[in-house]
Order: sequence, then C-alpha cells, then structure tokens
Amino acid sequence: MQLDFTHHQSAHCENGVASNLLKNNGLAISEPMVFGIGSGLFFVYLPFIKVNHAPAISYRPLPGMIFNRMARRLGITIKRQKFGSEEKASRALNEKLDEKIPVGLQVGVYNLTYFPDEYRFHFNAHNLVVYGKEGDNYLISDPVMQTVTTLTTEELNRVRFAKGAFAPKGQLYYPIHIPKDIDYKKAIHKAIRQTCRDMLAPVPIVGVRGIKFVARQIRKWPVKYGNKKANHYLAQMVRMQEEIGTGGGGFRFIYAAFLQEASVLLHNEQLNILSAEMTAIGDSWRDFAVQASRVYKNRSAQTDVYNTLADQLLDIANREEVFFKKLRKAI
Amino acid sequence: MKKNEVPQDKSSLSAINMKELCYATDENGNYTTALSEGWEPKTIALTNAMEDINERIAAAKIQVQQGKISPIAYYMELHKMDIGILASYVGKWQWQVKRHFKPSVFQKLSGKVLQQYATTFGITVAELKNSTTN
Repeated sequence: MQLDFTHHQSAHCENGVASNLLKNNGLAISEPMVFGIGSGLFFVYLPFIKVNHAPAISYRPLPGMIFNRMARRLGITIKRQKFGSEEKASRALNEKLDEKIPVGLQVGVYNLTYFPDEYRFHFNAHNLVVYGKEGDNYLISDPVMQTVTTLTTEELNRVRFAKGAFAPKGQLYYPIHIPKDIDYKKAIHKAIRQTCRDMLAPVPIVGVRGIKFVARQIRKWPVKYGNKKANHYLAQMVRMQEEIGTGGGGFRFIYAAFLQEASVLLHNEQLNILSAEMTAIGDSWRDFAVQASRVYKNRSAQTDVYNTLADQLLDIANREEVFFKKLRKAI
Repeated sequence: MKKNEVPQDKSSLSAINMKELCYATDENGNYTTALSEGWEPKTIALTNAMEDINERIAAAKIQVQQGKISPIAYYMELHKMDIGILASYVGKWQWQVKRHFKPSVFQKLSGKVLQQYATTFGITVAELKNSTTN
C-alpha cells in the first residue's frame, strides 16, 4: 500500500517533514518559510550538559518547536501522539496508513540503517515521514535524503523507541486542520519578532550573548583542559554547527532565504537587504568552521590560534547583534 | 554562499551516492538550492569524532582484558553510548550501570540483567560474557 505522497529533499529534517506534510495536504509552503515562521534560528550554550563528551551547543529550539510554532501562527492544527509500547505505536501507525494519511515520526538516528556509519550517533530528534507499507517494509521519506527509502517493521520500531535525551516514545504526528485563508503577514511579523527577542535575549547563554560566552570560553579551553580535550571540544562544536542539522552557516542561509521570500510577501524591500546581510554572516560562520577544522586537524592547541578563533566568533556575534536590532526595526 | 561555492568535497556521503541540500544564492542574489557532495571541514570534524570514539573503544578493550572493567563498559563505547544513554536503554539508574562496570559485580549479575544489556547491544549473553577472551 502506497499513499499519494511527493518527496522533496530539504536541508533540515524538521522543516522538511513539516513542509512535505503540508504540501501533501495542498498547502504550498517552502522549507525556509517553515523555518522562519517557526522561529527556527536560535542559539543556546549548555556547558553543564555533555553531548559526545563535550559541552552542548544548540543552534535551534527544542525538537518539535519549529513545527508547533509555525502551525500555531498559521492556524494549522497538528495531532501528536506518543505511545507506551511498540505494539500500540505500530497499530496507530498502520491505522493512519489505512486511512491514507502519511504521518511524521520522531526517531533516533543511531539505528537508521540507510545513513553512513559515521553519521549514526545517539540523537533522538530526527524526523521522517512514513507514506506506505509494502509487506514488512515501511516506505520512508527522510527529508535529508535525495530519494525515498524503506525500513523493516523491526528497524522502524527500534528507531521509534530509541532511548536517551528526547526519547521519541514512538511519537507520530500529522496535520488535521489547515485553514483556507492564511494570514502570512501576521505570522511572519510574530515570527521575526520572536527570533529577534531570542537572539537578543538578556540571558548569558542564549542568542548573541551565548555566542559571545562561547567565544570567551574558547580562549580558556587549551589552558583549562589541555591540548587533546580542547581540540575535541572544538571539533564537536563544528559538528554541532555544520553537520547536526546545519546549525551555523546552513541555518543562516535558510533564514536569509526566508527573509527574501518574506520581503516579497510583505512588499518590504528592507527585508531583502537584510537577507543579503544574513547571507554574509552565514559565510562567516562557514569561515569559522574552516579555521576551526584546521586547528584540530593539525592538533594545534596554542593559545594564539584559539584566541584567533575566539575573535572570529566574537566578530560574528557582534554583527548578529547589529543585524537583529535592524531586523526588529524593519518590521 | 553563492551557488557555485557550494562545496563538492569528496566525503563518506559520496561513497553511498548521497548528496546534501544547501541553500545558496544565484548570480542575481536570489535564493535557490543546490546539492553538495560534502565539505572538508565537516569531514575533518567527523573523522576527529570517529578517531576519538575508536580510541575510547580500544582503551576500554584493554581495560577489560586487564580485568579492570566489565565488558559492559566496552560495549557501551562500541555503541557510541555514554552512561546516561546506556542507563536509559536498560532501564537502570546511572549509578547502577557504573556499578556493573566493576568486574566483581558483573560476575554476579543475574541472567535477566545480563539479557537486558545483551539485547541493548544486539548480542547474546554468551557473547557479552566471553568478550574478555577475544
């Protein structure tokens, strides 16, 4: 059994699933629009939480929030369910497929057999769509993949019931109501205001201040933790930034694409100018990743290279601070 | 990032013919998407992470052979887990899992508990117990 569903590849899983599910329900909404209206751009530094034995840095809000905020702002209703057992979760999924409803699932990455081995780590906030079942194989549209794929019942159960932080507990979701007339203008205004508020938050570990905090910490890493650990922390930072959901540069480019689209919708040329500025900031995040990768590739932990990196990051933070103040005024 | 700057560095993604989608601007500054084969800084970060994991696995293996820790600790590293993740998989407290790392405690674990660990690691209880010898 295969439902009518079109797979579109996306840069980020949550945006992609949201955009694909809504497109499938007749609402043409791009990935950048989902990301922008869901206020997906964020930054938080959590030194007291360790991920892969390094301090956690997140470039996005909590899993599920982008889709939830976007839905609320556009008047879309999503139904979400979690389950206590694999049987119940399987049954609910099969029922939805029988009703011809493709569903989004939150899953763990570690047991996703179609990913290359080094991409498989314990991260439980990945999203994909199940759009059918043939024999024992579920038909899977994973938005970060170019084409659709399949997972057996056993494989799917394993990823739906992955354990650890953000354990998905078999979570499935699907839109149940999409209004006929959607007020994009109001939604975009609210979303941009929230992103500006988040990024300029007066909290030391959040937004621009959070980035500055990390910059200060980076200077101390080689002295405080020694060569090996400092390099490991830096490598993890780049992984979280550029690989795990394209946080640093990648997210800035998606946000710039959103601002460009919003500029047309709102007839606001200022947003288009700011889009170009965000693109330039995204490029700087990528330059930072290039420099950082050189440092840990050469296993160098001299304080001067770490200081250079910190300066680079501080510069990005300062530019973002100016940027979000301008963006706040532009709408 | 301009579309013609989207990196096409060979990576483990190329090996399985997988490409990532990126947002980039065209010659008029308009946003569009492009596919990337991989990017060197990312590959370096991944390689670094894998080296780190492999070092941890090798170190754990030696400690198991020396009788300093139980095979549970080795398999935890092998599956890229930390104590928190392993504890949630086997439904135990972190301190309990830490205790099970002691070879003397491990020897006395019940079949049921051993089975929980074996299932988590996708191996048999016999494999879990005998992993000290290979």
